[in-house]
Amino acid sequence: MYPFNVAEFNAGLYYATPEIFLSLAACALLMLDLFLTDSGRRWNGALAVVAVLITAVLAAVQPVSGRVVALGGLYELDRMAQVLKVVTLLAVAVVFVYSTDYLRRRAILKGEYYVLGLFATLGAMVLISAASLITLYLGLELMSLSLYAMVAFDRDSGIAAESAIKYFVLGSMSSGTLLYGMSIVYGVTGHLELAVIAQLVHTHFADNIGLIFGIAFMIVGVGFKLGAVPFHMWLPDVYEGSPTCVTVFIGTASKLAAFALIMRLLPEALAGAQTDWSQMLVVISVLSMAVGSIVGLAQTNIKRMLAYSTISHIGYTLLGILAGTAQGYRAAMFYMISYVLVAAGAFGMVLLLARQGFEADKITDFRGLNARSPWFAFMMGLLMLSLAGVPPLIGFWAKLGVIQAVLSTHYTWLGVVAVLFSVVAAFFYLRIWKLMYFEEPTDTSAIGGSLLMRTVLSANALLAIALGIAPGALIALCQRVLP
Amino acid sequence: MNDYLLSILIWVPIVGGFVVVGLSKHERAAKWLSLCLAILTLLLSIPLWTGFNAATADMQFVEHTAWIPSIHADYNIGVDGISMPLILLTTFTTVLVVIAGWTNVAKRIAQYMGAFLILEGLMIGVFAALDAALFYVFWEAMLVPMFIIIGVWGGPRRVYASIKFFLYTFIGSLLMLVALIYMYLKGGTYEIALLQGMPLTLTEQTFIFLAFFTAFAVKVPMWPVHTWLPDAHVEAPTGGSVVLAAIMLKMGAYGFLRFSLPIAPDASRELDWLIITLSLIAVVYIGFVAMSQRDMKKLIAYSSIAHMGFVTLGAFIGYQIVEHTGRTSGIELGLDGSIVQMLSHGLVSGAMFLSVGVMYDRVHTREISAYGGVVNTMPMFAAFMMLFALANCGVPGTSGFVGEFLVILASFKANAWYAFLAGTTLILSAAYTLWLVKRVIFGAVANDHVRDLKDLNHREFLVLSLLAVAVLIVGIWPAPLLDVVRATTQHLSEQLLMSKIVP
Repeated sequence: MYPFNVAEFNAGLYYATPEIFLSLAACALLMLDLFLTDSGRRWNGALAVVAVLITAVLAAVQPVSGRVVALGGLYELDRMAQVLKVVTLLAVAVVFVYSTDYLRRRAILKGEYYVLGLFATLGAMVLISAASLITLYLGLELMSLSLYAMVAFDRDSGIAAESAIKYFVLGSMSSGTLLYGMSIVYGVTGHLELAVIAQLVHTHFADNIGLIFGIAFMIVGVGFKLGAVPFHMWLPDVYEGSPTCVTVFIGTASKLAAFALIMRLLPEALAGAQTDWSQMLVVISVLSMAVGSIVGLAQTNIKRMLAYSTISHIGYTLLGILAGTAQGYRAAMFYMISYVLVAAGAFGMVLLLARQGFEADKITDFRGLNARSPWFAFMMGLLMLSLAGVPPLIGFWAKLGVIQAVLSTHYTWLGVVAVLFSVVAAFFYLRIWKLMYFEEPTDTSAIGGSLLMRTVLSANALLAIALGIAPGALIALCQRVLP
Repeated sequence: MNDYLLSILIWVPIVGGFVVVGLSKHERAAKWLSLCLAILTLLLSIPLWTGFNAATADMQFVEHTAWIPSIHADYNIGVDGISMPLILLTTFTTVLVVIAGWTNVAKRIAQYMGAFLILEGLMIGVFAALDAALFYVFWEAMLVPMFIIIGVWGGPRRVYASIKFFLYTFIGSLLMLVALIYMYLKGGTYEIALLQGMPLTLTEQTFIFLAFFTAFAVKVPMWPVHTWLPDAHVEAPTGGSVVLAAIMLKMGAYGFLRFSLPIAPDASRELDWLIITLSLIAVVYIGFVAMSQRDMKKLIAYSSIAHMGFVTLGAFIGYQIVEHTGRTSGIELGLDGSIVQMLSHGLVSGAMFLSVGVMYDRVHTREISAYGGVVNTMPMFAAFMMLFALANCGVPGTSGFVGEFLVILASFKANAWYAFLAGTTLILSAAYTLWLVKRVIFGAVANDHVRDLKDLNHREFLVLSLLAVAVLIVGIWPAPLLDVVRATTQHLSEQLLMSKIVP
């Protein structure tokens, strides 16, 4: 179908400039690490951040109009891909900034952390730009395999090794399920390219039982990657067991990639079977909101709490997708971006409070933070309010968007369910406020963190309120991306 | 400056509040700065009154600019005869609260003052917002400073009370949000005036009404969703109780007048029995509950619920008047009464909480039984307390009388039984308030604590006398206030009779 054509191939390479640059940078960094002494290792972090930022600029300046498919139908570049890539890269840059101090204090500041991080990012980018089931899977596996290794990165930590094994086994199984679903879809339609599948589903296979079967398997796989109930079991354990700097990577960049995965698979390739997958997503979404909010109440470890918070937020994001309208997809994208922004900040706070030999991963480690550092207590407070969806923070507009999306479908009741669970979840975010403000500190040591990290973290939290007071630009961006 | 007056009133306290919070290392400076800001805001709010055109029900001091164009939410603010007096009440109360907290806040006074200033700006925003999205943002954002005020500076059960306060209000407001989004999807706008004119079927109106009802009934609070209030009041620091009683409760009633009645008039007519019944239960049953309290703050909290019952009764009695007499005269009477009662209760309950605060600062207990014979050691304070108690009973000449009288008058037009039940408040409120005064103020000196009491200092005297003057002015000469609200209530009474159902 696509005979090899040099000109077309060259054009494809042009579209993929950011990915190519990033993979070269990752390889260069891997080589460079060989020649660095221990004292020079911190350059790794700086170079990785620079590489990611350059990639972000490359991705941002690409002129994108409409949708371009290149490289023999494997690669596509549209506005959604561009925005998601830029946001992912920015998130990764922030994660790298947050990580450096943490890694150094634990004496695990190795170049491989950044190299693996860059490869995971590359995987995410390939996945975001995938135009065929093969590329989707390829990107997903590149990202996942890098992440498995990152979770086990602190090799002397038993709990990290346990999490890595758990993540790897369950992750491989879900990848297998996803692949199985993809193979069924391929079997039914006879094509791998998403656009062709979309057309065929629309014209021929809308109610094909085999296709629905395949969709069900794919949703299991995607649900796992997103961490949606009932495929969420790994998420709290992996969040808790990983080094916190890896947790924040999984909680931000990989969630954006998983969002791209579901967007490419369901609304793009299988729009014709929307009523079928919407029903499946309704169940997953309600369960995610319920389990995330209710089980989150019982957590004493902040990383686990944020894991359950992720689960509930995935439930809200799915609300936008299951609405099956452009407005819903936009709302879901806005939700995901705003969630990643806030989650990066929240995990950043955990990283900020962590010290040598002290993880700060208990909720009670936030006790009396207002007395220790009023500024960072306020920043954390803002982030928690945003997660709870209280205006004027960005999380509110995200919730508003997805609720608006479901209210405009015939799933009106879902809107009411969504707000009720957000009240339940509000309780555990308020508990952080309570600990920080209403109680006196038991640990009065000064807050650490480099100036760079403090600045970026403050900027991160302030962005959550700035975009909450003036969300117009971001909403408009999502509108342009998904017209 | 009048073009931006409302924006200035909203943002000066908010920005100033953050500056004050930043001064936590310089407590003196923080206190003086917050006092200056509070007084500045009060002075700036006076042109709202003097420049107000009482002849029209149109919004005044309007500012309208695009805010979030992609969802058609605008930065649209303005005031009418209902919101303008409430904004003045807010700025006035904040000054009192800042002065009252001058010396008796033990820790983090900069954050305390800052929180009240931020809260002030947000509350003014709630009253001024003419765009439902903007309104909702202020409405929810306001919960945060109050949550902190109760939780940080409150009593022993402050954590429980603050979280209960937050979650109760949060759940109600989220249902309101769903209703607002529904109307946005239907009409493509968040502008309140357009929502008021939007045709809706009776079923839609009923659901919207019920969603609003949960939000506003919790806030008022109406029986049986009132249980957060006694907890919040008892645990809150004095300033928190004052703002809660004087202003935050009014937001529920304001919501009924601004949203429920004009947006869902047919559902309001259908469901007026619900509001009227709950209001009468609040007046009668909560009156009895108040009588049995042993904690002074709790007693005043329950008395607040009973008095707020009058506000909701006055707002909805109009439908019964039309139904029973077939005439529309008297609707405005109820609405006027409702608004005056809101303002009066703001002053009186604020004053009562401040009086309790005066005693609590000295003896550190709110138990009624720990007092007795306070008049012997604090005669000046006793005089003030007596005045506020009489105002709380609604004695003619005080502000409490005007509102209750107008509402009872309106209820009489509907049905003598409503008036009878509402009238029991005159007896019940006299019973619990005067009994409180008798046990606390009069009699022989009960114990050594009371014997050691010192009378009011200058600061407390200033605060209480300002309130006393306000209570008497509204009571003796309510005409200016009624003039201001009249045009708006006239307009509202037409709106609530106009059916929005499309044939």
